[in-house]
Amino acid sequence: MARHTLSVLVEDTPGVLARVSGLFARRQFNIDSLAVGATEAPGISRITVVVDADGVLLEQVTKQLNKLIHVLKIVELPPETSVQREHIMVKVRADAATRLQVTQAADLFRAQIVDVSTESVVIEATGAPDKLSALLDVLEPFGVKEIARSGTLGLARGPRSMSEKVLRH
Amino acid sequence: MSKESSVTPATLAAAASAPKSGPERMTGSQAVIRTLEKLGVTDVFGLPGGAILPTYDPLLDSDVINHILVRHEQGAGHAAQGYAMATGRVGVCIATSGPGATNLITPLADAHMDSVPMVAITGQVSSKVLGTDAFQEADIVGMTMPVTKHSFMATRAQDIPRMIAEAFYIASTGRPGPVLVDITKDAQQGLMDFEWPVQMKLRGYHPVVKGHNKQVREAARLIDQAERPVLYVGGGTLRAHACEELAQLVELTGAPVVTTLTARGAFPDSDPRNLGMPGMHGTVPAVASMQQSDLLIALGARFDDRVTGVVESFAPGAKVVHIDIDPAEISKIRFADVPIVGDLKTVIPELIDALKAHRAESEPADLTGWWAVLNRLKDEYPLGYVPTDDGLGSPQHVIQRIGALSGPEAIYASGVGQHQMWAAQFVEYERPHAWLNSSGLGTMGYAIPAAMGAQVGEPDRVVWAIDGDGCFQMTNQELATCVINNIPIKVAVINNSSLGMVRQWQTLFYEGRYSNTHLNTGHDTIHVPDFVKLAEAYGCAAFRCESDDDVDAVIQQALAINDRPVLIDFTVSPDAMVWPMVPAGVSNDAIQVARETTPDWTQED
Repeated sequence: MARHTLSVLVEDTPGVLARVSGLFARRQFNIDSLAVGATEAPGISRITVVVDADGVLLEQVTKQLNKLIHVLKIVELPPETSVQREHIMVKVRADAATRLQVTQAADLFRAQIVDVSTESVVIEATGAPDKLSALLDVLEPFGVKEIARSGTLGLARGPRSMSEKVLRH
Repeated sequence: MSKESSVTPATLAAAASAPKSGPERMTGSQAVIRTLEKLGVTDVFGLPGGAILPTYDPLLDSDVINHILVRHEQGAGHAAQGYAMATGRVGVCIATSGPGATNLITPLADAHMDSVPMVAITGQVSSKVLGTDAFQEADIVGMTMPVTKHSFMATRAQDIPRMIAEAFYIASTGRPGPVLVDITKDAQQGLMDFEWPVQMKLRGYHPVVKGHNKQVREAARLIDQAERPVLYVGGGTLRAHACEELAQLVELTGAPVVTTLTARGAFPDSDPRNLGMPGMHGTVPAVASMQQSDLLIALGARFDDRVTGVVESFAPGAKVVHIDIDPAEISKIRFADVPIVGDLKTVIPELIDALKAHRAESEPADLTGWWAVLNRLKDEYPLGYVPTDDGLGSPQHVIQRIGALSGPEAIYASGVGQHQMWAAQFVEYERPHAWLNSSGLGTMGYAIPAAMGAQVGEPDRVVWAIDGDGCFQMTNQELATCVINNIPIKVAVINNSSLGMVRQWQTLFYEGRYSNTHLNTGHDTIHVPDFVKLAEAYGCAAFRCESDDDVDAVIQQALAINDRPVLIDFTVSPDAMVWPMVPAGVSNDAIQVARETTPDWTQED
């Protein structure tokens, strides 16, 4: 099955995340990643969810989500017409002998060193999921101690915003 | 028990346009009662407890709201369902926090599966102690998320009227369903300014009513081209109150109709175009018509597994026109060639207009050959039963006679199991909202409280609870409620001394190994409990009927008693089985009209 990114505008009310995640769980929809945050509109949050579903199943996911009263709008973000990014923080083993190599590897990916200690560095990077996976592959030989990775965030390219129609209601 | 005011989208709209009344200072609990009154609620079912106590106080002063005190909250929930299903109005039940609320979960899940408009109001512990495992605290909003259409939690008195109004609107519009309003004790006790009407804030809820023109025209074209069409009528037709529109569609198309378990009565059984119920225990003509069809016109139906059998072999030659108010039902189980989202009450007339327009240009297909096939099936495989070898009473006979002697104006509620299937098969339904049962969830114990609720909503009708001995033992405590509140339901316990449907499966699929299905209530048993004595203890009239010969007389006796509930303990054979049957996991083509007997399909054209 293919991965599809859905951008879901929801009312920012208690329990809305539980309603959405509960729906995925009980209908056996697979989530690859899920990210929630505020939007430009007060009272409206955006849930960006990457689902592992195709065709009829993806249609079911969208329709079932739409039935939730707190869901305002759902748009699929196709890779060609949207920007999609993940954020990652990686704690890598790096002592005096390897630190230079590690920082050079980070530079190649335009990643930042955000913490340095005698035995490790923390690297942060933003990018498409496959770019971040490539960074991890390069860092792996040094010894990856810890990873924190966000869900995918995305916006459609061009001047329009998803909330325009929603706010007019 | 006035029938004049009802909560419908129309009354909500009327309420919204009613003269504005200025703010009035009151408590949250007074606002609960006032809001219910403003919404036209006349009957509620409930049971008080600590966290809902504040609301029960102003309830005592209401001249409008008739509160029926049940003996178990599950009874309140099913009563609200029965009330809603019989009247078309929103059913209302009230419970306290914790166990009171959790006891409502089964009725909520039941109403969710069968799309019954219902609002449940529950008390909750004070917002100050929420989340601390306080006494009788249960996260009922969290627990019921999967089984409600929506839920609210009010922690401030001021929010109560808006939330209850929104709950009624959501419950009764679109695809109907249960909505929970959980109200903390401090919200009930707090002060607020009551104003009516309230402004609803539901920007994410916009049910589609009108069908898409192009799809409606395409549906008309397919219908006119079809040589073997079947109108597959589901419970949504009843929820949409679209039975008159359906009758016009049948009249215009001449197509055969099948009415699913939830839709019995949506089209009269006496009409020769009604082939009966499809599915696992459907009639041979209904099941075969779908299997052989070239076009299924699904109206408010959801291709439930009990209708389709194995989906891959269901109606293999049929295209599908699927009309439903819930977009998520369309193409969920079976691909819809023509999907139409909308309210049947609106879409069927649109379809009729499109058919008339289409017919002005071209002739519809001739259905004579199709009807010859169907009529032969009807002649060769009518519904019937053969008495068992043990000489004991036939449950089918009992149920058939209850229907015949009580007539189409009566209401029939059933439990779940063999008696439910027989009640769906052997009572002739001629009008909508006469048949109440738990179809989707299959809740044993539904019948008594649902019949009670229906009787409250329809006090002038005869209301039967056709129950099983297993089901009856799950909720019979509501007979106390019925006796005390003068709700004179009639109860027929189809007593085969066992969990009959489970036993039937053990007979057929487990080599007659009867594991834990014998209940000791019937013939040649110790009669624990004795249903007649039990009913008498509650103050009901009660009879026992042990032979087919006495059935008519005892039903007549029951029909003559209207000042209190009546129970008849019909002791019948445990060996009677529900036929026809499509065993689970096989194609509908393998329908058996009796054990090991499958219709000879080769005789057909």
